[in-house]
Amino acid sequence: MYAALWRLLPGPWWVRLLILLVVAATVLYGLFFYVFPWVSPYVSPGEVDLS
Amino acid sequence: MLSVAPTRRSRRVRSRSRATFGSVLGELLLTAGVVVLLFVAWQVWIGDIIIDAQKNAEGAATIREWAEAPAPDPPPLVEDANGRAQYAMPILPHPADAERFAIMRIPRFGDDYAKDIAGGTSRARTLDHIGIGLYTDSKMPGEVGNFSLAGHRTTWGKPFNKLDKLRVNDAIVVETPAGWYTYRFRTLEYVKPTQVDVLADVPQMPAQQTGERYITLTACSPLYSLAERIVAYGVFEGFQPRSEGPPASLAKVDVAPPSAEGAP
Repeated sequence: MYAALWRLLPGPWWVRLLILLVVAATVLYGLFFYVFPWVSPYVSPGEVDLS
Repeated sequence: MLSVAPTRRSRRVRSRSRATFGSVLGELLLTAGVVVLLFVAWQVWIGDIIIDAQKNAEGAATIREWAEAPAPDPPPLVEDANGRAQYAMPILPHPADAERFAIMRIPRFGDDYAKDIAGGTSRARTLDHIGIGLYTDSKMPGEVGNFSLAGHRTTWGKPFNKLDKLRVNDAIVVETPAGWYTYRFRTLEYVKPTQVDVLADVPQMPAQQTGERYITLTACSPLYSLAERIVAYGVFEGFQPRSEGPPASLAKVDVAPPSAEGAP
């Protein structure tokens, strides 16, 4: 899968690496700022106040 | 030399072999494992750094907005029971659920600590996304009785993470457009999550009225657990209208004081 992705990318190895780094950074940003905050309440439910 | 070329070619051919079902599944599982590890890192570490900074920035922006607006006229001075001149404090109306009404500033938690306070203590509407929540039956800042707030001890920017680091007389300052309400930290207590008497007008004494003004901050305890609650109590010191500028209670304190060990 990842080997196929590597072959699909254009350019010399360092261009492919650059593209993958940008993609990885974008994926990380999406996870940290959108996906994980959305998932978190399902993973650790429970209220934290007194009642 | 002749014998090298075929070897090289064959290696290249092998590396370009088609992905099998098993190899794709394996790579997907490895990816999922990495994402789960990233989630754990986010939940207990990276997320707090991000969200804490975001919320402090939001609070700082609100503070700037209030500072730039023309200061409202200070309230009239009245004599208190001890014959001392005090400002007749403006008492804010109780906010709606998830309605922001003040900024919490605790110099012990850092010079840049500025967290929004909003109505309600549900995680979904207030504590996760805004920060600090006001209990439904709470009094308002400066009002006689108990101004009681809840916040996260861990995760979601953990606004009350360092409640146990407060020291006696540390300032707990509530900033509103009208000015600053300063409370002073007194003591900690650890209770069960059902022990709502800590939110009473006189904490732990629901039948009593003392005419005093208290603040109660609650969060989870122990860290990363919902088993108990840590409760920090403070008493009211005074109100400073915006026209007089920030109060002395906001002065910077040593965020990481030397450990008490070895102290006299």
